[in-house]
Amino acid sequence: MLYFTRWKALGIILTALIVCLCAVPNFFPEAQVKTWPAWAQRRLVLGLDLQGGSYLLLEVDSNYVKKERLDQVRDDVRRTLRDAKIGFTGGVIVRNDAAEVRITKESDVQTALGKLRELSQPLGGLMGSSGQRDLEVTDAGGGVIRLSVPQAAMLDRLRKTIEQSIQIVERRVNELGTVEPVIQRQGNDRILVQVPGLQDPTRLKKLLGETAKMEFRMVDTTVSPDQAQQGRLPPESELLMSASPPPTPYVVKKQVLVAGGDLIDAQATFDQRTSEPVVSFKFNTSGARKFAQATQENVGLPFAIVLDNKVISAPRINEPITGGQGQISGSFTVQSANDLAILMRAGALPAPLTVVEERTVGPGLGQDSIEKGELAAYVGSILVIVFMLLTYRLFGVFANIAVAINVAMIFGLLSLLNATLTLPGIAGIVLTVGIAVDSNVLIYERIREELRGGRNAISAIDAGFKRALATILDSNITTFIAAAVLFYIGTGPVRGFAVTLGIGIITTVFTAFTMTRLIVAGWVRWKRPQSVPI
Amino acid sequence: MTYYVLIGLGILIAVLTVIAALGVLPSLRIVPDDTHFDFTRFRRISFPISAALSIVAIILFFTHGLNLGIDFKGGTLLEVRAKSGAADIAAMRTTLDGLRLGEIQLQQFGGPENVLIRVAEQPGGDKAQQDAVQKVRSALGDSIEYRRVEVLGPRVAGELLAYGMVGLMLAIVSILIYLWFRFEWQFALGAMIANVHDIVLTIGFMSISQVDFDLTSIAALLTILGYSLNDTVVIYDRIREMLRRYKKMPMPQLLNESINSTLSRSIITHFTVTLALLALLLFGGHAIHSFTAVMMFGVVLVGTYTSIFIAAPILIYLGVGEHREDAPDTATPAKKNKA
Repeated sequence: MLYFTRWKALGIILTALIVCLCAVPNFFPEAQVKTWPAWAQRRLVLGLDLQGGSYLLLEVDSNYVKKERLDQVRDDVRRTLRDAKIGFTGGVIVRNDAAEVRITKESDVQTALGKLRELSQPLGGLMGSSGQRDLEVTDAGGGVIRLSVPQAAMLDRLRKTIEQSIQIVERRVNELGTVEPVIQRQGNDRILVQVPGLQDPTRLKKLLGETAKMEFRMVDTTVSPDQAQQGRLPPESELLMSASPPPTPYVVKKQVLVAGGDLIDAQATFDQRTSEPVVSFKFNTSGARKFAQATQENVGLPFAIVLDNKVISAPRINEPITGGQGQISGSFTVQSANDLAILMRAGALPAPLTVVEERTVGPGLGQDSIEKGELAAYVGSILVIVFMLLTYRLFGVFANIAVAINVAMIFGLLSLLNATLTLPGIAGIVLTVGIAVDSNVLIYERIREELRGGRNAISAIDAGFKRALATILDSNITTFIAAAVLFYIGTGPVRGFAVTLGIGIITTVFTAFTMTRLIVAGWVRWKRPQSVPI
Repeated sequence: MTYYVLIGLGILIAVLTVIAALGVLPSLRIVPDDTHFDFTRFRRISFPISAALSIVAIILFFTHGLNLGIDFKGGTLLEVRAKSGAADIAAMRTTLDGLRLGEIQLQQFGGPENVLIRVAEQPGGDKAQQDAVQKVRSALGDSIEYRRVEVLGPRVAGELLAYGMVGLMLAIVSILIYLWFRFEWQFALGAMIANVHDIVLTIGFMSISQVDFDLTSIAALLTILGYSLNDTVVIYDRIREMLRRYKKMPMPQLLNESINSTLSRSIITHFTVTLALLALLLFGGHAIHSFTAVMMFGVVLVGTYTSIFIAAPILIYLGVGEHREDAPDTATPAKKNKA
């Protein structure tokens, strides 16, 4: 137990040294570290609770996704049956995750089934190997055909919706000019957004809360808004409210001339004549062509710019707009013009997002927490160090050296993993200091016991290590299991605690098995002690 | 100020280190070298006490309940600080009561300028919580600094609670399986009884003290679990070793020997953990206050007691060591006066 080959000793010291050195970048300013080679740039990341910032958990409205899919199925069914000239009664009814249609003539049912089955596609495109389809078409009897969307197809659609949403969210967040935001998918239907340094997430939440479905449509001038409100609304039009207060009703045609997907750019600028904030936009080629055609046909009539079913403005077309460029004016402030431009540039979300969890920490509290955590760490370590010196004297010095190396290694490993340090994480490190000495205590107490049992100094030390190490391994594995579970279930600060605790256990076992042994072995070789001062 | 104290303590450490290395310092013995307390005899007292306390804790849990924090209850929590002078809680209360957001608690903490505002969960799902925090923010205005804002919708809160509970169960089961592999099943069972006992008593403590029960409490519970087991495993390791060595020693005596020989380690280790926790409790700030308080109770008070007075003696009832071979003791006993 006390004999190390030269290579082994060297290997242990080198490993410890390299791991400790990984902590070095944390002691230099970030700007300076950025100039170092990439492999040397790994450092601790402060959690949002320490550096301040906003954490948002967004959820995609899965009911919306489902409803949208079923509405699409309903429209497809109508069109298919009409094209095939198959009569149906009572329209297409959407209920309980399925669309149902009653075919008028019993003899048409088989033809209708055949036609409607063509709507069903294999899941995952042509490469899909699961054999599942995105639509199940069944004969429900009595002339009723049922088209249901299987669970797998729904999940697949939800997954795609999330992927698209993440891209849009990323673009919108990046437009805010924040530093290193984190945007990740979480679970089936959630997106996690972390923005360090953001103190007030109100604007961010507003930006992310808009679907930003942008449409250019014609205003229906055949009826006035008043008439429409009294129920004389033409079937191809709908009543929409203005986006800016006071709410003003507009009768707008349902047909979309150009959609937001055709936009390629949008900028907030000032109108040259009125110097009001406006948003100027630019269409791609196909959008420009559609827009030019529509404006040519409707000179003199008003059209509506609709965002999320609210009318932003409804200007009159004075002349055909053929350049594919235009500007939107409508009682904007500089900020709201900017936000609209961001939304137009980033594109529409495929489904609405709701904030289900929000945690924001101001920079003041973060700084306080760092200071308090540091102070607690210093005081805790000093108390433990003094106690070990008083209890074990020379061996206490050995233990303290081992614990110091241990803590340095924790920081090294955390940096190497680019781990996040949180306030509970600091607590984890302080606790580790308290626990790390336990391995030394176990060894030393065992040595004392073996000495009392009548062994000589060297044999007692040897036996003490041999017997204590097995116990150290056993007892630390149980704690490690608890830390692993905590890592698995925890989020944010709690996960930070689990990480430092888990890494602390690994380094503790490492130092107990190698460093402490190496130090004591070195002392034994040097002193050849007849008695152990323990 | 604190830095001078730290520098002073640093110098003290340096001096102590030199003295300790020279061997002039007298050795501190917290626990005498050779103790022979009859711990297992206490089982007739400790088992009923533990059973009674556990029942009290369970009753407390169901009657008094836990003070569910925002993590599990949902709602809004704002930690604010007046930008100048003391915060006017009365005025803030009037302003907020005017918003008609249901129950709103205002609480001063850590100084006259800090106020903790809790808004109960609003009916109407996730959107309603967001609207509520928006209203509070605009009502209180810019005269205060928003140090922390947490908003949790009802569903996320429910999920977090379920996750936490599942995590606790998962931890207990996986540790049980590990112990089963490493020891015999009786040891695993004994450790699990001790484990559940620890958790039940700690939950009782949380119910009495009404500290916030949130995600960090779950973290504290899991850590308590880990460390209490750590302690139990150290004693079990020794019991196993003794079982192999002394085939004929009666179980109560063997358990006593094992506990006594690890006693010094148990006490010293718990003392160092206490020192570390004490530093966190006193200087770590209120954000981890309930975390460390729960940990202090669980690790230091319950954990130590459990491993000595519950986990070890219970092995007698679980039938450990009953079917040892009737072979004579072969190994040379370490303690000549005992074997």
